[in-house]
Amino acid sequence: MELVKLKIDNRTVEVEKGTTIYHAAQKLNIEIPTLCYMNLKDLNIEHKPGGCRICVVEVEGRRNLAPSCATECMEGMEVKTHSLRVLNARRTVLELIISDHPFDCLVCAKSGHCDLQDMAVKLGVRDLPFQGEKSTYKPDFSPAIIRDVDKCIMCRRCETMCNDFQTVGVLSGIHRGFEAVVAPAFERDLDHSECTYCGQCVAVCPTAALTEVDHTKNVIAALSDPRKTVVVQTAPAVRAALGEEFGMEPGTLVTGKMVSALRQLGFDFVFDTDFAADLTIMEEGTEMLDRISRHLNGDKDVKLPILTSCCPGWVNFFEYYYPDMLDIPSTARSPQQMFGAIAKTYFAEKQKIDRKDMVVVSIMPCVAKKYECTREEFAEDNNPDVDFSISTRELAKFIKQANIDFDSLPDEDFDKPMGESTGAAVIFGTTGGVIEAATRTAYELHTGKALPKVDFDALRGFEGIRSASVDFNGTEIKIGIAHGLGNARKLLDDVKAGKADFHAIEIMACPGGCIGGGGQPLHHGDSSVLKARAKAIYEEDKGKTLRKSHENPDIIKLYEEYLGKPGSEKAHKLLHTHYFDKKAKQVLLD
Amino acid sequence: MTSIKLKLKDSEVQKLKEICKSFNNEHGELINVLHGAQEYFGYLPAEVQEVVAEEMNIPVAKVYGVVTFYSFFTMLPRGRFPISICTGTACYVRGADKVLDEFKRILKVPVGETTSDGKFSITCLRCVGACGLAPVVMVGDKTYGRVTTDGVKDILKEYENED
Repeated sequence: MELVKLKIDNRTVEVEKGTTIYHAAQKLNIEIPTLCYMNLKDLNIEHKPGGCRICVVEVEGRRNLAPSCATECMEGMEVKTHSLRVLNARRTVLELIISDHPFDCLVCAKSGHCDLQDMAVKLGVRDLPFQGEKSTYKPDFSPAIIRDVDKCIMCRRCETMCNDFQTVGVLSGIHRGFEAVVAPAFERDLDHSECTYCGQCVAVCPTAALTEVDHTKNVIAALSDPRKTVVVQTAPAVRAALGEEFGMEPGTLVTGKMVSALRQLGFDFVFDTDFAADLTIMEEGTEMLDRISRHLNGDKDVKLPILTSCCPGWVNFFEYYYPDMLDIPSTARSPQQMFGAIAKTYFAEKQKIDRKDMVVVSIMPCVAKKYECTREEFAEDNNPDVDFSISTRELAKFIKQANIDFDSLPDEDFDKPMGESTGAAVIFGTTGGVIEAATRTAYELHTGKALPKVDFDALRGFEGIRSASVDFNGTEIKIGIAHGLGNARKLLDDVKAGKADFHAIEIMACPGGCIGGGGQPLHHGDSSVLKARAKAIYEEDKGKTLRKSHENPDIIKLYEEYLGKPGSEKAHKLLHTHYFDKKAKQVLLD
Repeated sequence: MTSIKLKLKDSEVQKLKEICKSFNNEHGELINVLHGAQEYFGYLPAEVQEVVAEEMNIPVAKVYGVVTFYSFFTMLPRGRFPISICTGTACYVRGADKVLDEFKRILKVPVGETTSDGKFSITCLRCVGACGLAPVVMVGDKTYGRVTTDGVKDILKEYENED
């Protein structure tokens, strides 16, 4: 390893050859400002287009200023990160960027969380010396994501997430010069593109060029309507991240405070998506077991591997890119949708409420869930099973808006019956969790024996693609796991080419699974945040008395009173779904 | 950028595939492939870009990004008689802008577009190296020098009976 020695702001630092000035400065705790650079270390994504030019520094003996994110350190270099020349240039660059930006900060969705706004504060921009032409693009409203590209600063982080990490390839830089912008092909709307609504573009956008569709207003309207019974469900990953929005350490579990806050906000029933996650395991686990046993018994009609179907971004992805494999995923609906279907039938009947007078709200770590609940197949007479889905970030804003001091809230429990859940449901929130939960139940149903150890460490971890074998009493069950759609594509291509031989595969669209979802508090690519959230989720699982879905007493009761048994006709009607070839649909639309 | 809707013939799709293949479907050759495609079709409609994207396994948004970045590429068909008005410095100071306006007025199309009968299209270019003849207009391969606003209708008249 060759080292080079250089001086940055008169301090000496030694770094490996090939290191950029930006990283060398970080070693000295000098944080050079930037608007486009992004480093998602554990995901192997480093985005350094050198485009924003905010990170310029002065290098002794060099005529022009150097972009520190794209300039390698040389032996004996003398670098100044805050000389007068640098500060002036940096401010001018920012003033030029701002000159083509709408000044609606007071009413902007990103206000207070905007990198551009923060940069203006940091660099002391106090006037607008450059007045000129401004971009005027038509905003693009999809069911989950809003593109307001007048606010795009061409950092192109979204493009990297969409293309390199997710391999969805919807967003690309187009045109040049003043007209340059990031957009789908032929400037189609997202709704007419192959967008999966995974929301990873939203998660990295420094401004409000990409934001999620906010349904908080609809939720407030429903809560203040005396004729409506408003039921809320919270996804497992939310409790492991919501606290961050209130200044708590990543990985702080806030389940009890969250329940308490939702009750104060006025929800009539505070339930848990985890209940529906247990239900998912009953349906998906039974389907998995059935398909695997038939396969092992030599039934040639059975296709394997079975793929999980909880993640709506992933469902969109295979509907667009693998339309020839639509018979492989489990037909089980996602927990969000199972919850909605049961709430508006079983629970509504119990409460003697007409489904039209019930509003089901979901709190999700996700952007694609907003789209999922608008899918036509998840409605009865135009009345959706889930009315509104709001993200973890939106819930935090809603709590603040309602003058609730989150810190001082007491811990409260979910309501019954749809608030009861097991540890198996909680781990749905992190990569590997769904398949671990399914394995816990499938093992016991298959072998008729109690699991010697509930924790399947082999299924846990952060590697993008993982595989493990589980011994089902002498039968080896091979399991694959992928998180991030790029990894999913690799795994699925191997399956298609006959190179991978799995019985079951779990796929989540986002890094780390739902804990890294597009609707979560921004992690800024710091994977230690994701790991802390995952740890919190496994802790909650460990702390539960019941840790296997089939042991959930209210799930057992639901089957006894209403559904019969897993896979019954009624269960199929309410809890299963079918998939569409969206590639074909796309062609028709054109 | 607007585009014309069309359905490619099987033979045209085949030709596109051949162009892609002649560059081994290599990602780095996208610009060359697009040059080849534009040479064959005269322009690069969405349907052509979609086939190229599919063949080369590049997101169509990326292909569109390249097409819109380089001004040489066009998504609109050029006329059978493409008119290019030089707006380089010499031509400009000798009144190229007024000549351009006259072409736009008579043909009723803006720069970059084609008349509805597909006969003429107007583009601007920067210097053809004949500054002594400024302002210069080209129609196809034919060059016209010292063009005046009055001369515009005479130029168009030459093509009245041609098709």
